[in-house]
Amino acid sequence: MNVFDIIGPIMIGPSSSHTAGAVRLGRVASKLLGERPVKAEIELTGSFAQTYRGHGTDKALVAGIMGFDSDDERIRSSLELAREKGIAVSFSETTIPGAHPNTARITLTGAGGRRAVVRGASVGGGSILITAVNGMGVSFTGQYNTILVLHQDKPGAIAVVTHFMAHSGVNIGNFRLSRERRGGEALMTIEIDGGVPEELMDRLRALPEVQQAILIPAL
Amino acid sequence: MFNYESIEDICREAEARGIRISEAVLDDQSEQLEKSREELFALMSARLDVMEQAVSAGLDPELRSTSGLTGGDAARLWARSGSGGMTGGFMLRSMARAMAVSENNAAMGRIVAAPTAGSCGILPGTVASLLAEGRCTREQAVLSLFTAGAFGMVIAQKASISGAEGGCQAECGAACAMAAAALVELMGGSPRQSADAAAMALKNQLGLVCDPVAGLVEIPCIKRNVAGVSIAFAAAEMALAGIESRIPADECVDAMREVGEALPASLRETAKAGLAATPTGKRLREQVFGREE
Repeated sequence: MNVFDIIGPIMIGPSSSHTAGAVRLGRVASKLLGERPVKAEIELTGSFAQTYRGHGTDKALVAGIMGFDSDDERIRSSLELAREKGIAVSFSETTIPGAHPNTARITLTGAGGRRAVVRGASVGGGSILITAVNGMGVSFTGQYNTILVLHQDKPGAIAVVTHFMAHSGVNIGNFRLSRERRGGEALMTIEIDGGVPEELMDRLRALPEVQQAILIPAL
Repeated sequence: MFNYESIEDICREAEARGIRISEAVLDDQSEQLEKSREELFALMSARLDVMEQAVSAGLDPELRSTSGLTGGDAARLWARSGSGGMTGGFMLRSMARAMAVSENNAAMGRIVAAPTAGSCGILPGTVASLLAEGRCTREQAVLSLFTAGAFGMVIAQKASISGAEGGCQAECGAACAMAAAALVELMGGSPRQSADAAAMALKNQLGLVCDPVAGLVEIPCIKRNVAGVSIAFAAAEMALAGIESRIPADECVDAMREVGEALPASLRETAKAGLAATPTGKRLREQVFGREE
């Protein structure tokens, strides 16, 4: 902790979990999509679903989808700005069993036809936890550069990927593997200290074991 | 280096070196964050800028919160300050500044969490008021925020600055103690007097529950920021008059933690009791969010 954690952060009100956290959830979705969004379908659960209008959570989520930071005064008018930019935004209530009360699922469609689905929760103080990406269970906070690697579950896959990382001088801060079933599709969630060289992502994508490799830059 | 677990340690260090608390904290943070004093001063100065902008934005009589429940009251208080009211123009303008920042927060304006968004009006209402009214220099005002920050760090580490954990005493109470310590320094008081002021401020917020109507950071949060300013001034005036806190600041922080832990969950930001559960509180909730299924 330092003095700027107490006198700070500079933020848009009214509360860190309903604004700053929601902006961050939107930003992760935007970064995952990687192109200009034209459609945003936002599903809300629990407390988020009950209270999003009064808290401005809807505006904060959409602001994040447009790439705004959590101290950007345009958050207040983000719904109008999205309309001007031709982004079709919809909100609906849903139930996700066992999900944190402040959970949102964001499905984005891009101008080039790409799709990205992010599920995550605003867990307090502006911090978030992403729990699913494109339907696969994950667990990361967005505080670090995070690499998601979708691959075939077979011996040596992790070694090959981490070998390339070591070769690029990248230090792994956190590593998590999830898989649907033995021998099926598996997902590595790798949080990185510091930067990620661009050629590393290209190299990972070129590996025969790897189906998809996504970099979500630190928020 | 400070571990920010004791107000007493920080006071002793400042006294031993014959400097203000803010200077000791600036030196320490410069070392801990590996950044120059000038860089840290500039970062803090930018935060003071945002506080001042939030005051201006919040004084707009047309301002309304996202829920529509609050807004425009800071302008009313400011208008009354012209006559001097009962407590003088300075006091009324200070309270209006706190209210303005807090209303701006509810209207999705930009603020500095100090230490939280719910308590963001108290430092602007106090420190930025002394600056706006020519009672200190800009440099002194920026520096005093380091003193405020140091007291906040101790409270955050030894107790809590989260309403969900410790009730409103943890948010407005912490802000109030931070502001009282900064005010004493700005008026030329000693480190010891800053600690006494913080202790007296905390004592007067002890037990304050977090019971927001509809769970929104509006009712009663905005008005508690105004009251926090008056308590901070009262505590600072007592300390500057040479009045000591019979209970040392660190022990007040310990007491605050114990009281916070003893509060039922219904009075810690869950909007299940207190003002939130009054008939009017429930009606306002329905007005904003509709009837609960």
